[in-house]
This record gives sequence, C-alpha cells and structure tokens, in this order.
Amino acid sequence: MSSMSTRQLTLGYQRQVIIDALDLQLPAGKISVLIGSNGCGKSTLLKSLARLLKPQQGSVIINGADIQQRSTSAVARELAILPQMPSAPEGVTVRHLVALGRYPYQSWMQQWSKQDEAMVELALQQTGVQSLADRPVDALSGGQRQRVWIAMTLAQDTDIVLLDEPTTYLDLAHQIEVLDLLRELNRQQGKTIIMVLHDLNLACRYADHMVAVHQRTAFAQGKPSEILTEALVKQVFDLNCRIIADPFFGTPLCIPFGREVQQ
Amino acid sequence: MHKSLTLRSGNFSRRIDLGTLARLLLALTFTLLVMLGALSLGKVNLSPITVLQLLWQGGDGSLRFIVEQLRLPRLLLAALVGAALSLSGLILQSIIRNPLASPDLLGITSGASAGAVLYLSFFSLLLGPQFLPLAAMLGAGLAAVAIYLLAWKQGTSPLRLVLIGVGISALLMAVTTFTLVFSPLTTTLSAYVWLTGSVYGANWSEPRALAGCLLVIMPLLVLLARQVRVQQLDNGLAEGIGVRVQWLRAGLLLVSVALAGAAVAWGGAIAFVGLIAPHMAKRLVRPGFAGQAVMATLVGANLVMLADLIGRTLFLPLDLPAGIFVAVLGTPYFLYLLINQPH
Repeated sequence: MSSMSTRQLTLGYQRQVIIDALDLQLPAGKISVLIGSNGCGKSTLLKSLARLLKPQQGSVIINGADIQQRSTSAVARELAILPQMPSAPEGVTVRHLVALGRYPYQSWMQQWSKQDEAMVELALQQTGVQSLADRPVDALSGGQRQRVWIAMTLAQDTDIVLLDEPTTYLDLAHQIEVLDLLRELNRQQGKTIIMVLHDLNLACRYADHMVAVHQRTAFAQGKPSEILTEALVKQVFDLNCRIIADPFFGTPLCIPFGREVQQ
Repeated sequence: MHKSLTLRSGNFSRRIDLGTLARLLLALTFTLLVMLGALSLGKVNLSPITVLQLLWQGGDGSLRFIVEQLRLPRLLLAALVGAALSLSGLILQSIIRNPLASPDLLGITSGASAGAVLYLSFFSLLLGPQFLPLAAMLGAGLAAVAIYLLAWKQGTSPLRLVLIGVGISALLMAVTTFTLVFSPLTTTLSAYVWLTGSVYGANWSEPRALAGCLLVIMPLLVLLARQVRVQQLDNGLAEGIGVRVQWLRAGLLLVSVALAGAAVAWGGAIAFVGLIAPHMAKRLVRPGFAGQAVMATLVGANLVMLADLIGRTLFLPLDLPAGIFVAVLGTPYFLYLLINQPH
C-alpha cells in the first residue's frame, strides 16, 4: 500500500497561482475524494499528483520520494491516472486499449510478456468487460467505456489510482456501478484511490477521506462525517443547505436550498 | 477473439495478428504481380515469362536493356516514392488524429515544391539539375521546422499543427506560383512536370539515392513504432503511462517529414498518395501500427506504380506524368472521405 503526500506544493500557470503551499496527507489503502467548486483547482491538483503538471514550488511525495525526481516510467508503475472524458485511438478494440496500460512494463524487445497477457486478462475480468474484449471502444456505451478505461488503469498494476470525475456524463445507475467497482478494488486489493467527484452525497458515501479545496488550499480534510458541515458548504460552494444523516447509510446527506427557501 | 500468434523467447516477446499477417502476404503477392506486369507492358510488350527469364538469365541485349535499364529503375522509383509518401501520411494522420492530415495539407509538399521551383528558376542553369532533389528536401525541411516552431506554445497540439500547416502551405504555393509566372517558358514547363509528379526517364541513380535516404530514416521509425499507438491517447493518459509525448511527437514528425521530403525530392510533388494510401491500408488491416505501416507501404507503392503504368501505356506514344493518374484515382476517394467523415 502506498501513501501520497504533498509538501508546500504550489501550482499555477504563468503568474496565476492556483494552489498555494499545500501540505496534504492522503492515507494509504483508502479512498480519498477531492471536492470543491468549479475552477477551484482540484483537477489541477490531481494532475500534479500524477506528475502531469510540474509544481512551481514544493513537491509531491509517494512513499517518501519526490515524483519529479524519478523516471516517468517508474512512477507509471506506482500510480495510474484516468483523466476526465478520455478519447480512444480510432478503431482500437477493448483488449488492445487495456493492453496499452502495460506500456510502462514493456520495451522494444519485450512487447507482450506472459505477465502482460495475464494482467490484461485479469483487468478485463475484474471490470466485467471480457465479453466486450474484441469490440471497438468507440462502439460502447458511456458506462461500458468508463469500465474499459478503468480496466486500462488496472492493467497498469499500480498501488495508486487517480481519477478525475470518473462519473461525469453517466446516469445515476452507472455512476453507482463505477463507484462500487472502485470501492471493490480498494477493499479487495488495497489500492489507494484518489478521485475528484462533484456529487457531494456520493462523495460522502464512498470516501474514507475527504479534502475540500478552496482558496488555493485545503479548506478542510478528514472523514466526511467530520468535515462536511453546513458552514463548509456555505464557504466552499457559497450554497445554503441542510446536512442530515443519510437515513440508509448514515453518511452526511446534503440538501441544497434554492432561492425560494429562506434560512 | 481475433486469432493471434504470440512469439516469446528470453527477453523478446511480440504478439502478431494472424489476420493482418495473412492480408500482408496477400498484398505482397499482389505487389509482385503488379511489378511483373509493369515490367512486361509498354511500347514493347513482353510476356511475363520472358521478363523473368531476362531478369534471371539475361538474354537478348536490347530487350534486356528495356527491362533492366528503362523499366526496372523507373518502376522501383515509383514504388519507393509511393511507399515513402504513404508511410509519411500514415504517421501524420496518427499524430494529428485527423483523417485529412497528409504531407500535402501540412505544408511539407508545398515547401518542397517552392524549393524545387526556386531552384529550377534561379540555380539550375548555374549548377545543373543534379541538386534539384536537395533543394526540394531543403524546402520541405524548412517548411516543417517553421510550422513546428510557429505551432509551439508550451508544447504542440495537433490542431495548431494543422492550422499553421495549412497557412504556411498557402503561403508557399503563392511563392511557387509567383516564381513560375516570372520564369521563362522552358523553366515553367519542367517545373510543371515536377509539380505534377513524375518518374519519367528515371535511371538507376535515382531509386538508389532514394533507397539510401530511406535506409537512414527507417531505423528511427522501427525504434519508435511501438510508441505510435500510445501517443494517440490523450496527452494526460499518455504521459500517465510514462510516455514523453512531446519528444515522441517531435521524433515522429521528423520521420514523417524526412520520408515525404525524400519522396518528393525524387518523385516530384505527387499529390494524394500521402492522403489516400494510408486510409486504404487502414481499411485493409486491423488497427495496430506495425501492420498498418507495412500495408500502407505496399498500397502506396502499388498506387504510384499503377498510375505510372497507366501514364506510360494508355496514351502511347505520349508518356504522361504518374501524378495525374494518382489524382484521377485519388480525387473521388478523397471526396468520399470528406462526405462520409463522422466528425
């Protein structure tokens, strides 16, 4: 199990600072969810955790080592990232796409080892897309496609999986299906999962650890039941709401108020 | 499940799609038949058996001269030019992720054309025609470098490459036309044949020189081939699995420009091969760069060989430039692509 942390992490584009001197601890073997309003920098933060964005200052640390100091393929064997709404190469089949996850283990000589084959089959099986293996990815539905992308990150065989809004554009049933799959991977294989989610209620239900990103830093971090308060939602999202305990799961449930409800 | 063959030995492993392999062998056989046919047909028609006898055992001096010195070098030049252009187009289409990308659209061909026409107008009397390929390659290279630098903005994006390529291409075509308008008629005529693309009058030195160029370029492509597929992923995903996307894209672009530049230098500005041959290849084999690349090479070679065969046999005693017939074969297909483009 791998833990991730950041030390004085400062991110930005040109002069604009998006994340300022952030110290973050993301627990090993848990599901961490980043929440925050649109444009607050949570996706930027996720990118830098996956070394896709170089910090202006500070560092991202996996198991004690700065990821910018290590070779990119060594990092690719420890963490996988699934960006938002990825697109597949034209005509590629499910099996071939999932096999691309094996890239960090391959070389010019070694392009299809026994281990590669076994990991790809396992990933197809775990995500339940075996029956689609020879179909072109462009022909699949949104929910199927998202499971295929998750299979590709599984083939990468990493301890840490980062996902940027993995439920975007999925209907509620498929959102739950994807989140259940991720929780299963976390519970059964001890994968550390770090993702950005927009739906606060689903975030509260699936997260072991939650980070609210606001004003260039982590406004709050901890268990959802400890940090998700009406005051936080008001501050971070500028939204009036009532928080109650989910009658079924017991996790915080946010009921947002519209204009017509006066506090 | 698609049938595939897995080769593993020590540190070496590969997966080969059997369907693709079978189609490649079929295409290779077809190519050899086209070659035999092209060597047989012409002002003097020979039987394929005679041609084979001439090539293997020698024989009648004048017939042997026709086959070995007139037809064979011209045929090989046509094949190499077509193969290189097609491969260049396949690589570009994979980098740009747009089915309409080709060396013609991206300023590489027009760069070579401008280089060639400027050379024909200002330097060929002084230096002779032998440096024409060099001038064309220089033009292609300069155009490509200009496009790459102008498209650079914290890395390159495929869309910026296309837009700037189209712009530079238009500018270079203006330069070419302007130069032609102010040139003497003889220069204009030879430039015109060059711009259409022709392998007319090729002798052995030309396919040899082009083959030499290709031998230098190909090892780089063989090294990068495994990575063509992964750079087709979104930047974030590709970098996530450990690909250095910008370096890879620059390397592939270099290979593509070098292939097109070399082809155009010796074959003239043959249009459409770089656009349609890769598309035909992609429809003939399953996705996977290695298989598509070999198929694209064969399709491109056949296209130009057949175009040249039509040009020099159908309108006897005229010998028309191969470029015309590539365009005749290519335009309907190009329109079909435009109309049926999904996006």
